[in-house]
Amino acid sequence: MHEVDMTRALVLSMQSWREGHRPQQPKVSRVNLQVGAFTCVEPEQLLFTWKVAIANSWLEGAQLAIEPVPLLGRCLACASTYTPAAEQGYRSPCCSHPMEEIVCGRELRIRSVDYELVEANPPPNPQPLNPVFCP
Amino acid sequence: MHMPLEDNLGLNLLAANQHQAAHNREHFDAWQLLCINVMSSPGAGKTSLLERSLPLLATDFAMAVLEGDMTTQLDAERLEAVGVPVVPITTGRSCHLDAAMVAGGLRLLRQRLDPASLDLLWVENVGNLVCPAEFEVGEHRKVALLSVTEGDDKPLKYPVMFREADCVLITKTDLLPYLPVQVERIEDHIKQVNPHCAVLRVSASSGAGIEAWHLWLHQQVAAQRSALLAMPAPQPSSAAAPLSLAR
Repeated sequence: MHEVDMTRALVLSMQSWREGHRPQQPKVSRVNLQVGAFTCVEPEQLLFTWKVAIANSWLEGAQLAIEPVPLLGRCLACASTYTPAAEQGYRSPCCSHPMEEIVCGRELRIRSVDYELVEANPPPNPQPLNPVFCP
Repeated sequence: MHMPLEDNLGLNLLAANQHQAAHNREHFDAWQLLCINVMSSPGAGKTSLLERSLPLLATDFAMAVLEGDMTTQLDAERLEAVGVPVVPITTGRSCHLDAAMVAGGLRLLRQRLDPASLDLLWVENVGNLVCPAEFEVGEHRKVALLSVTEGDDKPLKYPVMFREADCVLITKTDLLPYLPVQVERIEDHIKQVNPHCAVLRVSASSGAGIEAWHLWLHQQVAAQRSALLAMPAPQPSSAAAPLSLAR
């Protein structure tokens, strides 16, 4: 269940985004994600862990919308694009060239956030600012 | 009256982790060391490789190890025995090291030594072929290990790890005579997903291939030193600004 850690990382990134709106409070209705096929993330699992992670938090009720992005490689021998599949290996079917260029499929991207700004009534339990640890 | 708004971020889901990783790297560059993140599945031989390599490399490099382990400090004790400073980082339930954990480990390391005296900093990640591939910690190079006992299909099953690696070490090659596995097939599968990484065969128990692996390391240290000379002296901010993503 590495999606638990991915979700935690996503929530941290969302907190950083929220800090930029101070002193106002964004009330998030939807987070629009792009998740590539060539990542370590299973969208179904992410949807599940998201619901668990945001319960009783400032993100409670926010929907997670995941747009899957297929893996596309480009064959550097003939410039055509192809969809590799583990069963056939990652070489291009046209020229049997290794997968040098990935056109898309590595996305783990917060594409956009839908929200409303709530006028500054400071939240009862302010979340701590996302610290950056100086090593 | 609430206005519906949309922020187009186009930002990585891991932006907060990447921000911390970039800050770690600023420090590594200021200390003029090369940081290597060592990753593999559990039992592929990360600790055994370091046990073999560190005493030999110690004649050329000053080194330290940040040792990620889920619950125990057993690996840290093994490495401390070879005479290199080791800081254990217990990750608890987390199956990988993230950039903040490594920053915490660096703080502990600084209580023992001045990192600017180091040439090489090793980060031995938690045994896992999935998460560590996506969570950068500020490293300059990623090294992935794959033991011959794991079978030749792992690069195809966990392609992201092998795509991300700068060097893949095929370990435990001394066992090849006893296994129905062709090392050429393993190499081919790695090259399919990552044609540009270095792929080396090593055995920590027999020592085969260790020289070539150390040659690769020397090349990376030299390349990093040239890269640092070419860029302006890094000045890490002592109080790092938190990441702010709003527009």
